[in-house]
Amino acid sequence: MALKLWASSAANALKLSSRASAPFPASSISRCFSSVIDGFRYSDSHEWVKHQGDVATIGITDHAQGHLGEVVFVELPESGTSVTKGSGFGAVESVKATSDVNSPISGEVIEVNSKLTGAPGLINTSTYEDGWMIKVKPSDPSELQSLMDSKEYSKFCEEEDAH
Amino acid sequence: MALPQAIKAGLPCMNLLRMTAVPILEQLYLEERLLRTSAENWCIINHGTSLPTIVMGISGRPSELVELKPVLRDQIPVIRRFSGGGTVIIDNGTLFVSLICNKNAIPGLQPYPHPIMSWTGQMYGQVLHEFGDFHLRENDYAFNSHKFGGNAQSIIKDRWIHHTSFLWDYDARNMEYLKLPSRAPKYRSARSHVEFLCRMKNYVPSRTTFIEGTIKSLGGHFSIRPFDLDELGSLSGSGSLSGSTKLLTRQELEEAYSFQCVAVR
Repeated sequence: MALKLWASSAANALKLSSRASAPFPASSISRCFSSVIDGFRYSDSHEWVKHQGDVATIGITDHAQGHLGEVVFVELPESGTSVTKGSGFGAVESVKATSDVNSPISGEVIEVNSKLTGAPGLINTSTYEDGWMIKVKPSDPSELQSLMDSKEYSKFCEEEDAH
Repeated sequence: MALPQAIKAGLPCMNLLRMTAVPILEQLYLEERLLRTSAENWCIINHGTSLPTIVMGISGRPSELVELKPVLRDQIPVIRRFSGGGTVIIDNGTLFVSLICNKNAIPGLQPYPHPIMSWTGQMYGQVLHEFGDFHLRENDYAFNSHKFGGNAQSIIKDRWIHHTSFLWDYDARNMEYLKLPSRAPKYRSARSHVEFLCRMKNYVPSRTTFIEGTIKSLGGHFSIRPFDLDELGSLSGSGSLSGSTKLLTRQELEEAYSFQCVAVR
């Protein structure tokens, strides 16, 4: 019973936190309580990557922001910093917690989203658009292939919430 | 060969580190180091801290949270810690309990703020419900609507820390060093520090009762292994770890005070 209580509290947080955010592109898919974007890639630590040409844009997913709650502070690296696949590059603060954000790929940070300093809540309200965190020049684009696509990631989230 | 009972039960191990009057800065350095570089579960208990000290969360700004004129005058240390949450002033009446866990240590517990807060709240509720009307109120521990425990967390990829400062006792005069926070829980209802807080010693028979009760409650989920401070070597110094916990310099506090004065005009 206790296990179900803990898992359900996470699910309830997700239900309460899912909200109407900025309109998604037509290719978005809603599954259960979290949304994903077709064409993006996803890590098992709940970051998303949008890869266009030489630039990979990175943020945290709707699943993550729903579980974290209102984001009140974002810590980001400086441009020029190197990031490594699977390692932390920054953090978000929500409720009483700081949570590490990990880079899904390796490369060099070429831009950070300075809007998040004054409006950290963009991560909640515009998770896949204005809530992006860093832009990276990938050092090894093949790393993207090891990430999940939207279907795989949705299934991953469902399985995680089912535990 | 007979195995210890707890190991037979298949419970994960939790190292229990008990300290007395270790400075809070040292404790925070240690916790951040254990969170990021250890693979084990830890319970760290520290009775009091040597000096009254202000501890802000990771995003804390002294100009907004601290009465800087008396802080500078009285040379009160101000720390920005690595975890989230609000600002506390701690002294030798504060009791610290910190739990550092691998994300799979507690079956079914997802490593997010709400589930961790809920689980730890239930754990402490088991310890404290017989002493008062215990509640987890918007992330605080309270008897009725009076806060006695402040919580903060830091969650990394595969581990988390949930640390609590318990007001066993406190010097009400120290509250004058803190501003009323702009971001406060609703149940606070704009009460002053003194009206909002309570002292655990007015509810619980002794610190030992609380500590032993907490260890017993944790023992339902972990195999508790006492750990000696000497086994950790030097407390301070993080080796190659670049931690986030920082003692603010006098210059930083003076700059914040200048900013505070301008804001008032």
